[in-house]
Amino acid sequence: MRNVVPLVIAFVAGVTMMLALFVPVLQPLQERASVWFIILAAIAFLIGGTNLLLHHARKIAQQEAGWGFSAVTLVSFFITVFVGLAKWGVPPSDAYPNHPWSGNYITEGAPLWWLYQYIIDPVTSTMFALLSFYVASAAYRAFRAKNTEAMILLGTAFIVLLGRCSAGTFLTSWVPESLEALTFPGATAVIMAVFTTAGQRAIMIGISLGVAAISLRIILGLDRSYLGADE
Amino acid sequence: MLDFLNRLDRRWIFLLMALAVAVPVLCKPIFPEQPSPLTRKLFDTIEELPEGSVVYMAFDYDPPSQAELGPMAKSFVRHCCLKKHKMIFANLWPAGPPLVDENIRNVVNGEFASENFVYGEDYVNLGYRPGNQVAITQIATDLRKIYPTDATGKNLGVLPLTRSFKNIFDADLVLNVSAGYPGCKEWVQYAGTKGDLKIGAGVTGVQAPQLFPYYPDQLVGILAAIKGAAEYEAAIAQKYPQYADPQKNEAIKRMGPQLFAHLLMLALIVLGNVVHVANRRRGGVR
Repeated sequence: MRNVVPLVIAFVAGVTMMLALFVPVLQPLQERASVWFIILAAIAFLIGGTNLLLHHARKIAQQEAGWGFSAVTLVSFFITVFVGLAKWGVPPSDAYPNHPWSGNYITEGAPLWWLYQYIIDPVTSTMFALLSFYVASAAYRAFRAKNTEAMILLGTAFIVLLGRCSAGTFLTSWVPESLEALTFPGATAVIMAVFTTAGQRAIMIGISLGVAAISLRIILGLDRSYLGADE
Repeated sequence: MLDFLNRLDRRWIFLLMALAVAVPVLCKPIFPEQPSPLTRKLFDTIEELPEGSVVYMAFDYDPPSQAELGPMAKSFVRHCCLKKHKMIFANLWPAGPPLVDENIRNVVNGEFASENFVYGEDYVNLGYRPGNQVAITQIATDLRKIYPTDATGKNLGVLPLTRSFKNIFDADLVLNVSAGYPGCKEWVQYAGTKGDLKIGAGVTGVQAPQLFPYYPDQLVGILAAIKGAAEYEAAIAQKYPQYADPQKNEAIKRMGPQLFAHLLMLALIVLGNVVHVANRRRGGVR
């Protein structure tokens, strides 16, 4: 029963979504399935939050390596959830001034807005920005012209890196307009429009065929990996 | 020397990268930008829409991509305000709504405060919805099923701008600022394929190559990374001289740090390969 119910749901939902593309009568069912999916997606946030809570609570309880980070994570999690759910410090909206919870949870100046603006925003941006340091280190250590393919890749990277900044424009500004493809920006455009696009098309077609195959396997119950590792 | 380069501590590289970015950030050098054909096409599409056209602003990004995508989102809003287009903002990324609010606050109600754009008539903020591509499918079939109210809880039926807006095909243009999944690819696949829909995209540099196959049939134009945003700002500045001042253009200002970071990367690649060749000649392959 534990396995059959999800398989039936997957089969019915999958077949409905597929047939609705060709049978207009089934469109309301497709829409209903979509709405259910969106509700489930929202509930997944609760499951995700609970999972985060349990995972880090266990690490703290067992004092595993790095449990201090888990403590910081949980404290931040509880503060953010409390401030957001309680709409702490949020003034009532203009439309309903007598209802204390009528304001928008992310109103400018409210604590949650402050958390977002001065903690979440800079911290996540910093994490992303750190990539530039590792890419630079990798460029020095790993980007070696060891064979013909690597040399082609290296040459392409050179052209694109220069073509995507002002240096490329400046260095080839003397090239006549009729030979624009020989400038760094022009060559970059050609690489993107011809080679990259051709490669991407091939990859997309391959992925699409793979997705179609996997979807069919899931609908038919041949692929049960989504039910968990034990299945 | 070769031994030193072989054992080069990566912290020196980190320091060089920090300097390559920090010095231009502080000195603010400005370099000229020219719109590429992809950028020009998107700019012309918005420019040629009749005044008062409805533009659906799908801002699918969050703070990690703000440095790259924020300037192009701002430019899209700025351009729509200049053309007095009606704007419907929406977001499919959970951490994204404050960034939409920021654009509304700084551009619609800040930079264009004198135009007195009215909420509900000139612009509406629908807010965030989960569901990724399924949410896009719903927006493409029946918007009210997924957005019965706007971000503040107002019924879409009472707002003049959304009263007769049934689905995405009632928009004259979709402008998608996308940091990944769900994003531009999903908008093309799950909304664009259902009918005649014009979609313009502003995306991260990593995403751009995946979207080139969709141009020019499914996408009317693509802004790729901060360079695309700078080109778009240049296009606006060429048409609207009040924006010719580079200090008003975030992306153009950011092209300075980008230039020096790219040059450093090239220098490091060359140096790394010189070391590699020298090692091979010496007989010790590393």
